[in-house]
Amino acid sequence: MTTLIYDGSFEGLLTAVYEIYERKICQIKIQKEKWLSTALFEDVLQIHTDTQKASRVLKALQQKISAAGLQRLYAAHTAGLEGEDVMLIGYIRYVFDSPQNVEEDYGNKYVLRLSEIVRKVRREKHRMEAFVRFQKLEDETFYAAIEPDFNVVPLLSKHFKDRYTDQKWIIYDLRRNYGIYYNLHDVEYITLDFSVNNPSNVISAYTEDEGLYQHLWQNYFKSVNITARKNTKLHMRHIPKRYWRYLTEKF
Amino acid sequence: MNADRITEKLNILADAAKYDVSCSSSGSKRKNENKGLGNASNGICHTYTEDGRCVSLLKILLTNHCIFDCAYCVSRKSNDIKRAAFTVQEVVDLTINFYRRNYIEGLFLSSGIFHNADYTMERLVRIAKKLRTEHKFNGYIHLKSIPGASDELMREAGLYADRLSVNLEMPTEEGLKLLAPEKNRQDMIQPMDFLKKEIIQRTEEKALFRKAPQFAPAGQSTQVIIGATPETDKQILYTANHFYKNFNLKRVYYSGYVPVLSDSRLPALNTSVPMVRENRLYQADWLMRNYGFHVNEIVNQEHPHLDLDIDPKLGWALRNLQVFPIDINKADLQLILRVPGIGVQSAQKIVSARQFGKLDWDQLKSIGVSLNRAKYFITCNSRNFERRDLTGTAIKQYILSQSQSKYLKTSTTQLNLF
Repeated sequence: MTTLIYDGSFEGLLTAVYEIYERKICQIKIQKEKWLSTALFEDVLQIHTDTQKASRVLKALQQKISAAGLQRLYAAHTAGLEGEDVMLIGYIRYVFDSPQNVEEDYGNKYVLRLSEIVRKVRREKHRMEAFVRFQKLEDETFYAAIEPDFNVVPLLSKHFKDRYTDQKWIIYDLRRNYGIYYNLHDVEYITLDFSVNNPSNVISAYTEDEGLYQHLWQNYFKSVNITARKNTKLHMRHIPKRYWRYLTEKF
Repeated sequence: MNADRITEKLNILADAAKYDVSCSSSGSKRKNENKGLGNASNGICHTYTEDGRCVSLLKILLTNHCIFDCAYCVSRKSNDIKRAAFTVQEVVDLTINFYRRNYIEGLFLSSGIFHNADYTMERLVRIAKKLRTEHKFNGYIHLKSIPGASDELMREAGLYADRLSVNLEMPTEEGLKLLAPEKNRQDMIQPMDFLKKEIIQRTEEKALFRKAPQFAPAGQSTQVIIGATPETDKQILYTANHFYKNFNLKRVYYSGYVPVLSDSRLPALNTSVPMVRENRLYQADWLMRNYGFHVNEIVNQEHPHLDLDIDPKLGWALRNLQVFPIDINKADLQLILRVPGIGVQSAQKIVSARQFGKLDWDQLKSIGVSLNRAKYFITCNSRNFERRDLTGTAIKQYILSQSQSKYLKTSTTQLNLF
């Protein structure tokens, strides 16, 4: 058993695959650098991310699977589900070791697992497209805070850019402490400083009518409920409690 | 805007609109091409009410004043309730401001009928027009077609709205006569028929000239109330099938009657909402639209009602045991779709995966097949399969004893020994 330590990037993951083939390693564990604990590893290999090695693996992948398949692999990795990197490497190895394109071989555990991860990530992305609640700030920027289960912010930018082209907006992942900001032209990645003594704190004040529309929305939410059909179990399944913090109608 | 007044109006007019069950915002392809606000390309449920229904659109009535006196409707003329009406500008402001905050996908605007059909329809169209032209709003708009509205207004509505709908209200003409004697079915069918022809014509135009304007790109839908009148499931599903086939409807919605009014023609006020029946009707509707079932395979002369204990697909399978068992590694996709416990996605995965090798029980399970139902109807790459020659009743008992129904807390078919 060899434990690979890598930097967490997609290129790093591809470099790891390169090393696995180069050194003919069979059994592996893989860890991101920051998780490195003091435990004693039997056999540790530090992966140094190498653009050339990574791009060779990428090229080889492009010949084996479709562009959409590669997209899925990338999205699954970026989402950062804990402990799944070993499955992703397993998937890549299965792709390389099979003579034909195995993207749809759902009888294989790696292919099936990748499709499950992608489904989870897609669902979280879709949830965020639904659950983002903008609040209008004094400078006409619409701000929303989220805490998604997985790292899906990069996947959100196209949807919101297409939809809200004529307003400035920020979607901020408080758990991972970064966000995306649309400035009426492009989407850029940002980090905000929320400390109280920071005078340029963006989230300082809402517009006058923000309170009114939040109040109207809460009222609307109550009015459309049909009490005779109350179904709390179904309600909770659709909006699990962990999302309530940022939902205006659930404040 | 006076905050208290607008809040009160919103409460009244959202409350009155909530019995319209449609909240779909999918099926349109409106893009944000004019640097405006919004698009209508994907259905998103932004939140869910405490009764578990999706909230996708701002669903309101323009007014709940109405000249009609339909027995099943809260807004009927003789009902002593608070009345209110929005101005055009108020609806526009609410829609835009809710949309900008990502609360909604768009607007679903309906109305009580004041003065006459055209007068009402003209107001609805005016709001849609203002949103589209003055505010460059590309979000989803669903307008109610008012029965009896002129072709001219319907044509204009189709230019601004993504979806239009006329509610049939009652599954049969007799039911409508009983509960809404002032309305007639022909008035409802006429705008539907007009829109169907117009949509076909405009789609052909669009195929020839890409620049041709979109016309109701998300099509038409309708709604029938169930449980208010004594129709059988067969009558309801045959009506639905008729409208799917002859009017190209995108969806028929089934709304379990919520007893809100006391009237000798209606179920009593303490009657419970027929939620299980409603659920079974939707399942049957899905089988017709997505699983290739013909309506008479689901309900027919011998079986005019859907079984409330089990879903209609299992019901069909139990009546047609001669079709089974099928070999999952060989059968056509169409046949796999008919196996209870296998949905559209699992069926497609099975067909893809079996090209790489024969599938066994574990693989089927991890693909997402619900084996506790499917195992009685299939064989796969394994020597284990159901060898007993079970009757339909026996299979039904086995399945029911293993599953917990979402609705039936105390199932009558489940024998309790202790």
